[in-house]
Amino acid sequence: MNALSQEQRVIHFLSRTSFGPTRSEVERVNRLGIRAYLDAQLSPEKIADGLVEEKIAGLKSMRLSARELLELYPQPKQAVNQTMPPAMEMAGPRQVILELQLARLLRAVYSQRQLFEVMVDFWSNHFNIFAAKGADRWLTTPYDRDTIRPHALGKFRNLLLATAQSPAMLFYLDNWLSASPDSAAQRFAPNNRRRGINENYARELMELHSLGVDGGYTQKDVQEVARCFTGWTIRQPRGAGGFYFEPRIHDGGEKIVLGTRIAAGGGVEDGLKVIDLLARHPSTAQFIATKLARRLVADDPPKALVGKAAAAFRQSDGDIPTVIRAIVESEEFFSPTAYRGKIKKPLEYVASALRITGAETQITHQLLRYLGRMGEPLFLAQPPTGYPDSAASWISADMLLTRMNFAADLIGNRLPGSRVTKENGGNVEQLGQLIAPQSLSASTRAALDETSGADAVALLLAAPEFQRR
Amino acid sequence: MDYSRRSFLKSAGLGFVAMGLPPPFLVRAAGAQSSGRKKVLIVIFQRGGMDGLNVVIPFKDRAYYQLRPNIAVAEPAAGDQRAIDLDGFYALHPALAPLKNIYDKGHLAIVHGAGSPDNTRSHFDAQDYMEIGTPGIKTTPDGWLNRYLNEQKITDSPFRGVALGAQMPRMLAGAAPTLALSSIEEFRLRNQSMASTLQKLYANSDDPLLQKGGNSLFDAMARLRQIEAKIPASSAAYPSGKLGAGLRQVARLIKADVGVEIAFAEIGGWDTHVNQGGATGQLANRLKELADSLAVFHQDLGDRIEDVVVVTMSEFGRTARENGNRGTDHGHANVMFAMGGKVRGGKVYGRWPGLAPEVLYEGRDLDLTTDYRAVCSEVISRHLGQNDLSRIFPGFRSGASVGLIS
Repeated sequence: MNALSQEQRVIHFLSRTSFGPTRSEVERVNRLGIRAYLDAQLSPEKIADGLVEEKIAGLKSMRLSARELLELYPQPKQAVNQTMPPAMEMAGPRQVILELQLARLLRAVYSQRQLFEVMVDFWSNHFNIFAAKGADRWLTTPYDRDTIRPHALGKFRNLLLATAQSPAMLFYLDNWLSASPDSAAQRFAPNNRRRGINENYARELMELHSLGVDGGYTQKDVQEVARCFTGWTIRQPRGAGGFYFEPRIHDGGEKIVLGTRIAAGGGVEDGLKVIDLLARHPSTAQFIATKLARRLVADDPPKALVGKAAAAFRQSDGDIPTVIRAIVESEEFFSPTAYRGKIKKPLEYVASALRITGAETQITHQLLRYLGRMGEPLFLAQPPTGYPDSAASWISADMLLTRMNFAADLIGNRLPGSRVTKENGGNVEQLGQLIAPQSLSASTRAALDETSGADAVALLLAAPEFQRR
Repeated sequence: MDYSRRSFLKSAGLGFVAMGLPPPFLVRAAGAQSSGRKKVLIVIFQRGGMDGLNVVIPFKDRAYYQLRPNIAVAEPAAGDQRAIDLDGFYALHPALAPLKNIYDKGHLAIVHGAGSPDNTRSHFDAQDYMEIGTPGIKTTPDGWLNRYLNEQKITDSPFRGVALGAQMPRMLAGAAPTLALSSIEEFRLRNQSMASTLQKLYANSDDPLLQKGGNSLFDAMARLRQIEAKIPASSAAYPSGKLGAGLRQVARLIKADVGVEIAFAEIGGWDTHVNQGGATGQLANRLKELADSLAVFHQDLGDRIEDVVVVTMSEFGRTARENGNRGTDHGHANVMFAMGGKVRGGKVYGRWPGLAPEVLYEGRDLDLTTDYRAVCSEVISRHLGQNDLSRIFPGFRSGASVGLIS
């Protein structure tokens, strides 16, 4: 295969560092050059983002604390006993999750901080929680706002710690209930209230969040790490209290984690030591580098590239922008085999369709339903693994059909709240250049030539080429 | 099928292959001729790790009650909070009451101490191993159900292997064409004018993955429209939830004789680390949905149950001892069900490994005495008639037969 043309390099770069190329972003990259554009994207705080924030301003729940959310959007059953206006009663926590989904999609489509949004999506999935599990119905909004977003382009260690101390994660992986059975508080608890160790978080912390399943830990390590995190709990689990270390349920004995001795008598620092140990472990560098390269380059990323990214991780003490830069500026990133090598996952497919057509959208639940039927209802992956990032997971007959129907409904202006105009999204030739410059297949070209108007645009978005990035 | 037509299809098919053109319409034409009553295997995957010890309760093993002071299910006696005696040693969880009749009728067999032999306690790895059929070997590219379809090319029906849901599970993924379907009724293009063009675009795509997905989609869509009138509506009272919805559609497809040989459905929510409950509660609710779905399906199929075997599995069992939060953590061996007309039911199979500390797997979990592949091998050979299992479960040698299928 030939090296990428300059035009293809720009499209490829934007396909990986944003939710899909648009004409204006292509122009901006052409003006600034790829390196300067990447620099700017890696400092999102310097990019004004008024347009999307204005759209999100109407989503009231996005600004509220966990306590306020719980008060304003109680479970419908609870609300019956209170003097709530009927409309609010109906809302309940479903409204909270709905607004969170709307905001995520609006930002994917309209934010100028595209690489930041790509990383927020990446880390939300890496540190997955299930927004429909119990108290997480009210805790996921603060998790997104206060845990993931502040660290999405920061230091990995801080992100790992922030998730470990987030009420949403403590609740989702049950650590808030984990207690040493030998602690004073437990010994004197009545029999029917006595608690003990829960190893759910300890296992996923190592398997999914840091070392990776083959990262070199044992069942014994899982148990030891679980002991270290006893007492990491939530002050008032049902809603609002925030992270809290409860020494009375902590296991103060000695632990050995991955061969490192953690002396007896420790408190909250036992868990902190584990976080540091894991964040700086070479398996973590390797695992995070692999996952980032998978997201940004290829399902099965080249070993040499992963090696470079892992080295960047280690040398920068887990500085996320440094790792991203190592990947994006590598030779492998712009290789012809990487070009158009990724299948879009549903969020990427929907967002890129809205972006490329310049759709004017307020995003509604009909649109979110499509995302759900394609297999990616946002914030609702039940297992801790989150959603997969590999082609085969997203291309069943059923999922393809849903994509085709979405394309037809979007371009036919049959999605309430979304509008595509001929001026913005009507020029098939231009759209083709944003999808696969000089490389639409002959049969797609022929089909487009035989089709006219909006149908041609729908066809293009439903065609094989647009399923990849 | 008359001879001349068959040979026409054959030679035409070869011609198209030789010309490098995809033959989806031929696949459909051939498929239309070759449906009819088929033997069917349905796999139900319980994602999350079901706590088998609280599903089929070894109530005569007193260690069970010592290990689970808060969550054990009381031994059989009068009253609806009690386990349901099966054979004087094992008892069904009370939420599984709808399955008791089926068990008594001889249509439900149970295997205890069954599962995947690999010691991983990772959901992801354990599910993967079970689905690709090679525990401990991650590089296997396809699922064992797909490999079965590849061995037995009885028909070309696009419905030979169907997953009920949007996603194609790994167990069904591979070279043989399979279909993911979330709703028979909604399986259609909303803009019909695009259909033939899109079909061509995908068929001619040089992207193998998308070409395959597109061919599967358009074949199945066309076929569904042809036979739509034949597919009976269903008013059976399946419980709400993905599993009930899935089994309802499987029953309709089976009755319509569209050539289903393998179906896959799943039910989540088994990862009960906290407050899993005993006779009632979290786990009981999942079991009720499972039992109601299976019982309605059994009834809905009528005499077609004779053609069907349903096998259930979950990636691992859970710790023998309850954890500190009245739940259980990731464990090892589990319980499997096999339901069908030709199943030698009314019996709990498998050697009971015991729950004494010295016989627990890695000191904490129920030990494995029956490899899940032994159960599946038996269904594949005795029910589906595929005797060579060397490519379906490579490297696995089943010892003595379990004896599940007559």
